[in-house]
Amino acid sequence: MTAPKTDLPQGTLDLLILKVVALGPVHGYAIAQRLEQVSRGVVQVPEGSLYPALHRLENRSLLAADWKETETGREAKFYRLTGKGRKQLETDAASWQRLIDAIALILGMANGGAR
Amino acid sequence: MEEQLEKELRFHLDEHANKLIAQGNAPDLAQRNARLALGGPEQVKEKCRDARGTRWLEDLFQDFRYALRTLRQRPGFAAVAILTLALGSGATTVMFTVINGVLLKPLAYPEADRLVTLHGKTEKYGEQWGFSYPEFHDYQSASRTLGSVAAWTYGGGTVTKPGEAEYVFGRLISSGLFSVLGVPLAEGRAFLPQEDQPGAAPVAVISYSLWQRRFGGSKETIGQHLILEGKSYTIVGIAPAGFRVDGDADIYTPLGQSRDPRMQDRAAFFIHVLGRLQPNVRLAQAQTEISVIARRLAMQYPEDNQGRGMVAHPLSQEVVGDVRPTLWLLLGAVSVVLLIACVNVASLLLARAVSRERELALRVALGASRGRLLRQCLTESTVLGISGGALGILLAFVGIHPFVSLWPGSLPRAEEVQLDWRVLLFALGLSLLSSLLFGLAPALRTPARELERALRGAGRSLAGSTRRLHSDFVVAEVALAVVLLVSAGILGRTLLRLSSLDPGFDTRNVLAAHVALSPAVLENPAKARAAWEDLDRARRLPGVQSVALADVVPMRVGEDSVGYWATPVPPPPDQLPLALTSIVTPDYLNVMGMRLRQGRFLNEQDRIGHELVVVIDDNLAQHAFVGNDPVGKGLWIQGMASNPVRIVGVVGHVRHWGLAGDDQSRVRDQIYCSFYQLPDPLVHFLSSVMSITVRTTITPLNVAEPLRRELRGPGADQTLYDVHTMDDLVSASLDRQRFLLWLFGIFAGLALLLACIGIYGVLTYLTNQRVPEIGLRMALGASTRDVMRLVLGQSFGMIVVGIAVGILGALAAGRLLEHLVDGTRPTDLSTFTIMIPILLAAALFASFIPARRASRVDPMSALRQE
Repeated sequence: MTAPKTDLPQGTLDLLILKVVALGPVHGYAIAQRLEQVSRGVVQVPEGSLYPALHRLENRSLLAADWKETETGREAKFYRLTGKGRKQLETDAASWQRLIDAIALILGMANGGAR
Repeated sequence: MEEQLEKELRFHLDEHANKLIAQGNAPDLAQRNARLALGGPEQVKEKCRDARGTRWLEDLFQDFRYALRTLRQRPGFAAVAILTLALGSGATTVMFTVINGVLLKPLAYPEADRLVTLHGKTEKYGEQWGFSYPEFHDYQSASRTLGSVAAWTYGGGTVTKPGEAEYVFGRLISSGLFSVLGVPLAEGRAFLPQEDQPGAAPVAVISYSLWQRRFGGSKETIGQHLILEGKSYTIVGIAPAGFRVDGDADIYTPLGQSRDPRMQDRAAFFIHVLGRLQPNVRLAQAQTEISVIARRLAMQYPEDNQGRGMVAHPLSQEVVGDVRPTLWLLLGAVSVVLLIACVNVASLLLARAVSRERELALRVALGASRGRLLRQCLTESTVLGISGGALGILLAFVGIHPFVSLWPGSLPRAEEVQLDWRVLLFALGLSLLSSLLFGLAPALRTPARELERALRGAGRSLAGSTRRLHSDFVVAEVALAVVLLVSAGILGRTLLRLSSLDPGFDTRNVLAAHVALSPAVLENPAKARAAWEDLDRARRLPGVQSVALADVVPMRVGEDSVGYWATPVPPPPDQLPLALTSIVTPDYLNVMGMRLRQGRFLNEQDRIGHELVVVIDDNLAQHAFVGNDPVGKGLWIQGMASNPVRIVGVVGHVRHWGLAGDDQSRVRDQIYCSFYQLPDPLVHFLSSVMSITVRTTITPLNVAEPLRRELRGPGADQTLYDVHTMDDLVSASLDRQRFLLWLFGIFAGLALLLACIGIYGVLTYLTNQRVPEIGLRMALGASTRDVMRLVLGQSFGMIVVGIAVGILGALAAGRLLEHLVDGTRPTDLSTFTIMIPILLAAALFASFIPARRASRVDPMSALRQE
């Protein structure tokens, strides 16, 4: 919790949510937790935008939701990936990877020039 | 949905708080932090709703409730608006229901759009011709585009067994008629081709209603016998209920068995022909083929077919006939009423929108988007529109049957006029459209700029644009009302003019009825002649002055036109002038009270064996003898003797085609021949169409029953049918004009009322807005009169512009009426000079009340408001 936090780049929240949900049915609070843990606290998940994003993805049929009991015995809304969501995740992840590669390439070139 | 969202967020907050507590935070602090991390729950919920796309639905629901609330706050306004709209849309829905049933719905035959009727056509007289029977066979064998062709003509006669003697209407039909129409029989079968031949065994198909009436709907009816005109027919089939061939008929017999002498005559065009287009053939292709056949026939039979073309029309057009323009005319008129209603509601809404300007500005200031406010305003007008529309549908549901029954004559396809999904869709679309129409102008006024001015001005400062919009509304209302008022005026004048026309005979105290002679005498011309002469006994009845026979009675259905010429060389067949012939007995002149202009009328000495004589009307005299004295001259009549007949007299023209229709009709010349000079073959034919006409000294209908009893004949099987007084026939000939006048009068009255309410509303509003200004004027010395002049002047300006625009519209409407309604003359000035002052007076009266109220403004309190 001490490391400096970075804001999420525009449009990546959906991708991250899809990725987390792809690991298995999960409720909203757990998604927030997992994102923070996995990114080792680097990524600040804006909780205020998490739920609208979940509802938007559900509305676009990328996610589906069921009410189930948690280990603690409370009812929670569990999200899971739909077939359409899986496809979306693959294309988004691929294009994100390409973007990262490209940016890394550009940054690397600039460094090379200084060397 | 809302609950799930609430539950989901609560779960998140609880989990987060639990975790924080587990990390050692105090519970209340943990909960606070959890809430902070999530952000305001309401905002999150709002965003979730947006994300789900259910927002608009919730907004709509909210707007809807808001609209209901605001309408309930002002029940008077809501009631006036809804009633106005209900009247407009109800009347429009009624008209559309009729149009839907009569014009738009396909005929009740399978693939009805492929059914066509064929007509003969000549240059001079247009398309009013039927076929001759030989021609029907020519087309039947030659046409490839028409899969099958069928023919029919009118028939009927006295049924004597089973049951009492009764005259029934019938049709002579070719064997293919039912199959061409695609109509299965209710029981039994249609005619076989071999039954449709001269000399075949007599068979008949009877109507469903005759079956119920005379046979009790028994299954054993097929194969039973029925005596029609003294001849026994085997019943082979029962037509389905509601089956019609140009009106109701009770008995169908094979056309090919008819012994009518015209059956072989190529110049007797009395057969109606219809056919079904082959699959994949278009009407235009059939039309081309038919014209080719017509040309070939013209070459083959130049004497009868020269210059004779053929045309095909969709059957639906023929069934509907000439009510089409009337219906569209009425729909146009009610649409104008609806339009006025919309303008009215629009001006009411606008007035309210302006007084709500401050409220709306406040909402914008609090963050409402303009689109949101627009939607809210439109929701409100839609609620009004739909309520009005729903009430209108109710009105239409109640009003449609009385309306159809008031239709003059009988409305074709009346039984198919009912509210169905098409009508409901129309009504719904109509109310949505009108909501948009009257809702948009007020809605667009939702403030966008100069918020603070609107907030500060408390809605009192009146922008110039609203005032202009308001006067536009008044102008539109007045203009539309002028159009309807002047149209009603034109129709009223037409009716007045037509009813004052001289029909050419004395209509009072005359009764006319068809007589069906005893079938026993029909086959023998001598006996039939004697039976007709025997009808003269009616003269002995009390109250009867004179009695005559006639085959054609003026203004009643039925006609007989023949070609004639007055010089030894006949003109070519398509140039032949036509005259309406009436076969009458000598007393006809007295019974009808016609005027003898020259010479003498037919008399008792004009009998067989004496010289053939005719009497002509002054129209024919004018056309054929231009100024010369026709009496004593010869006249050649097509189909009669090859020698000319002698003209012995001239009578005044009789308006046979009705008071309204006669001037426009194509056949206006008239010839009168004596029934006593008819050759034998014609006696038989005419015996089926002759009527008795009686001049009475008492109320004519009181003679009907004694007449019926007196004329039953020795076998008690002579019947009277189609009993009318001439007064009724004359009046019926103006039914259409009278009906249109009534409706236009009602519409115009409604329009005037609505326009006055509109003017009153707008002026009340405008003067209210000007109270401070008026107060200031009065404080500066303006008198009550000056103020009234100010307000009335403002309204007068709007009304005058409205009238000017309306006059242009009325001129156009007048041309339309002239085109569509028989007997309408080009719009004359006097109609305007009567109608415009009425409107002006009403409109000024409506402005008077607000003007008076304005003139009583107390200057001190008015100024203090400012």
